[in-house]
Amino acid sequence: MNHAQLRQKIAFALLGVATLMVVVPIILTIVYIVLHGYSAMSWEFISQPPKNGMRDGGIFPAIVGTVYLIIGTMVFSLPLGILSAIYLVEYARDNTFTRLIKLSVVNLSGVPSIVYGLFGLALFVMFMGFGTSILAGSLTLAIMSLPVIITASKEALESVPQAYREISLSLGASRWQTVRYCVLPYAIPGILTGTVLALSRAAGETAPILFTVAAFYLPRLPRSVFDQVMALPYHLYVTATQVPGIPQNIPFATALVLISLVFLMNVISFVLRAHYRKKRQW
Amino acid sequence: MRLTRISEKIIEAAIRLSGLLVIAFVLLIFLFLFANAVGFFRLYPIGRFITGTKWLPISEPPTFGIIPLLLGSIYVTVGAIAVSVPIGVAAAMYIGEVAPAWLRHVLKSLVEILAAIPSVVLGFIGIVWLGPFVASRFGLSTGMCGLTGSLLLAFMALPTIISISEDALASVPKSFKEAAYGLGATKWQALWRIVLPSASSGIIAGVMLGIGRVIGETMVVLMVTGNSSRIPTSILQPLKTLTATVAGEMGEAVTGSDHYLALFAVALVLFIITFVINFLAGLSLKRSRR
Repeated sequence: MNHAQLRQKIAFALLGVATLMVVVPIILTIVYIVLHGYSAMSWEFISQPPKNGMRDGGIFPAIVGTVYLIIGTMVFSLPLGILSAIYLVEYARDNTFTRLIKLSVVNLSGVPSIVYGLFGLALFVMFMGFGTSILAGSLTLAIMSLPVIITASKEALESVPQAYREISLSLGASRWQTVRYCVLPYAIPGILTGTVLALSRAAGETAPILFTVAAFYLPRLPRSVFDQVMALPYHLYVTATQVPGIPQNIPFATALVLISLVFLMNVISFVLRAHYRKKRQW
Repeated sequence: MRLTRISEKIIEAAIRLSGLLVIAFVLLIFLFLFANAVGFFRLYPIGRFITGTKWLPISEPPTFGIIPLLLGSIYVTVGAIAVSVPIGVAAAMYIGEVAPAWLRHVLKSLVEILAAIPSVVLGFIGIVWLGPFVASRFGLSTGMCGLTGSLLLAFMALPTIISISEDALASVPKSFKEAAYGLGATKWQALWRIVLPSASSGIIAGVMLGIGRVIGETMVVLMVTGNSSRIPTSILQPLKTLTATVAGEMGEAVTGSDHYLALFAVALVLFIITFVINFLAGLSLKRSRR
């Protein structure tokens, strides 16, 4: 073996070691949570409210709260995200307005989550008077999710062949008819994939809901969108840091439920994508 | 016919309106932070805020100096980047250029899994495992310190750095590598001398986005860095970042009080920092695509 080949062997081995330093902690983290969380997992844990100052009982209200927040986030961010993406791909001319939208999307994606939380507090909770509520929390999470949904929708729309639009327009369809019947149906699966991914991130976020919706302890379920709710990520934060003398397996099991929910949504998005790739006609 | 024309006009107006709303949100975020921060600077001179070395919001009289918080953020960010950039770029080189196709697929999925783990879960791992480990390894009284935060943030920045670096490496034209092979270079020589330098501006963009992610990350630092607002002199000390200050103190601040407004000023500083970093990342991304 000559000198250069030996060096290649060493270099590739080092790259492999670096990769192991990434991969091994990922696997360890998951295994650690699953092993410790599993012991506290029971039907009671996911179906009962917390008891005894959260040192006992379950996390049912937090699961319900997170589901409500996911739905609320989707209600606000999906239509707005799709319409903005349609504007950017199908309507926009190369002018200042378009460039401003693109710049805004890039900036929104870089804003720290706690800044969203503070913004939600100032605009939705205080200024608009929604109070700490599902409505305020969902709106905050929705704005945070917008850039991901817009980017995914844009890519999905752009991947529809230009010929589809040209044929539709040449048959006398209007621009909107073309988008509605010849572009959107083919882009929807891609848009949904990106949306589910964005929602899974929103489901795991803590900072934006700290001051806009999350309740420390609220055993009853919410009755309207103006109620506070408990939420899984916030409950994990609270049980991990604010409750002295809590049995360790409660935050572990909460973490397990949270990552299971997030991974389930990721799997759904993955399956959607795979299914769609198979059916694609171009 | 008329009815469809009208509904079409409405839907097209809605499409334009959503574009406008996206712009409006960025402006609103800035405006709300700015208005509250200006309210704060009426009560407290901006010069003392920017140059103050003490953050004592609830002592009497309170002092709001941002320097300790800024330093806290800088400490953990520098620590995180020092760990994650070499490892991340090396892993991207391995995943993109060395690993066989099946392994590449597995590795990429694992990195995607890491990106999906909520930060509060990693913060929890920091409390129950990494913090105590760091404390015993370095003989500290508490593991809730800058280093624990840095390590977790490095871990969180990896998916961003790896995926963008890998894209940058993949976008280097094949002909560059083939020309190197033609001259007798090994795979490693071509990768190290030709592909890596050609991908450098894309990799820099990935690093910048990683920095943006790290400096804005909240829950992990709130949970594991000890939240002490004394000026840190070593990464092994407890410290407090900009994000953790806002997240940790807003719950207790009285609405409209100087403390409440001061936290908006901190958030404004955070917003401006991430804005600049993302702008720079965008510039290098643009350069790399040319």
